[in-house]
Amino acid sequence: MTRLRRTIRENAVPFALISPAVLIILMVVLLPLIFSFYTSFSNYRLIRPDSLWDWVGLRNYKRIMGDWDFWVAFGRTVLFLTVALNLELLFGLGLALLVNKITWGQRTMRTIMMFPMMFSPILVGFQFKYLFNDTIGLVNNGLQSLGLTHEAIPFLVDRWLAFFSIAFAEIWMSTSIFAILILAGLFALPKDPIEAARVDGCSNWQVFKHITLPFLMPFIYIAMAIRSLDVARAFDIVDVMTGGGPAGRTELLWTLISRTAYDDARMGRANAMSYVAILLSIFFTWFFFNKLMEARKHLGAF
Amino acid sequence: MPSRTKTVLIWIVTFFIMLIICMPGLWIILSAFRTNGEILTKPAIWIPQNLTLDNFRAIFGFGENVVGIPVASYFRNSLVISITSTALALLIGMTGGYAFARYSFPGKKPAFLWLMLSRTVPGIALSLPIFIIWSRLGIIDTKFGVILVFTAINVPFTVWLTEGFFRQVPNDLNEAAQIDGCTRWQAFWKIEFPLAKSGIASAGIFAFLTSWNEYALASQLTRSTDSKTLPVGLMDFTAQFTIDWAGMCAMAVIIIIPALILTFLVQKHLIAGLTFGGVKG
Repeated sequence: MTRLRRTIRENAVPFALISPAVLIILMVVLLPLIFSFYTSFSNYRLIRPDSLWDWVGLRNYKRIMGDWDFWVAFGRTVLFLTVALNLELLFGLGLALLVNKITWGQRTMRTIMMFPMMFSPILVGFQFKYLFNDTIGLVNNGLQSLGLTHEAIPFLVDRWLAFFSIAFAEIWMSTSIFAILILAGLFALPKDPIEAARVDGCSNWQVFKHITLPFLMPFIYIAMAIRSLDVARAFDIVDVMTGGGPAGRTELLWTLISRTAYDDARMGRANAMSYVAILLSIFFTWFFFNKLMEARKHLGAF
Repeated sequence: MPSRTKTVLIWIVTFFIMLIICMPGLWIILSAFRTNGEILTKPAIWIPQNLTLDNFRAIFGFGENVVGIPVASYFRNSLVISITSTALALLIGMTGGYAFARYSFPGKKPAFLWLMLSRTVPGIALSLPIFIIWSRLGIIDTKFGVILVFTAINVPFTVWLTEGFFRQVPNDLNEAAQIDGCTRWQAFWKIEFPLAKSGIASAGIFAFLTSWNEYALASQLTRSTDSKTLPVGLMDFTAQFTIDWAGMCAMAVIIIIPALILTFLVQKHLIAGLTFGGVKG
């Protein structure tokens, strides 16, 4: 006790400075999470407030473990994130290398590249809902005017097309984060090792693989880390584009939580699902922050 | 490949990529000035016959065909909520960021990590308990309730960014000022704060944009015109029988304009902040 008191006294200034930040996170994030952890063990339904004290143990978790719809949504979410994050990285890297090559008009290009970052996810969703609409959408109208198809393509109705449309929206929105951070890395790239390698007869590919790419890795991991912080914002896109439908064909973990909690009013079960979603997010973040920390050590060598 | 062909090829590829990036947004902007009738016409009319400002008049409640959606109130709510939560997040985040940048104290690393981890909680998952608690406290569907939540979700990132910017200001300057008779407080306001100012400003703009664009939490914590924000209000359109695409596009333009201006102002600092904060450790 006296030791604790001494620690506090010796660090009074920094403790006082961080306390507002810690306090608000405690109040708005940690306490609600503890509460929702409790409700995930109860049979809490919004319409019956007294059911909050109805302790059911692990029943909610057992139920969702045996719930096929839940696992389909979970699998779809993991697939969605894997596809989206990998393609974003690939396109971002390509875009950065391309813009780096351009000498004339590069500043304009960089500004245009940031364009999707300004859009809120809900707007991205709306914009592609509008573009991919089967009767009035730009894509369908364009294809029909060009005579490529006579039938309207049901982009937001068909199972795989809807998945594609949502992934397209997500990739459109987030590629620029990768592109911009990788481009920042390319600007900081030291020129000497590359010239030395060229003198020694390395091909373009060898230079890229052994010098450029290792140097870019920390920047790639920063982009991944920043990106992984809010993988769940895909919820906004899906909610506006398809609402998880039709008939649950585009249901992701997050839209399933929303439906279970607010439409079916099963708060307890939704909270149990939330914990699975939270663990998934933490896993992604932890994975990329670890990679970032490793890459940082390597960067020290430059 | 001759370098001439290569240059041309690069330009063609770049053009197509830029087209994919710009086209959706430009199409929305164009649609915002067209009539809903023209948008719905089949076969499609590609060249707009008459451009009009009616959609903007309608969503703000002027003109003949008034939309039953109080966009003006939503706009006001969005402004009040975003500005207040940004100011609070900046104040709280800056003091925290300064402590992390300048002091060493027990538990520093785990505290930083936990602060960041709090940001990873999906908005929709966090919305469930907050919805219940806020209802019991009676601050559901109020601007205050939303401001509190938005401040909290902005604090971790603000701490991260400001910490990076404060660390770039050499500590020697601060020590020299104190030797010359400044108190630590004066040294902060006269030396460190002005040097980190542009970085702090961009952290603020980033926080503002997060609040301005947030949907997952706001959609559950707001119900009425007293507190609904613009992104939540956009969904009002989908509840109607025939979707007023032109009206939605006009509202989308209203949402994007502040974001557009602010991002242009901040783009340089934002990239610097993100990379320095992350790489230089």
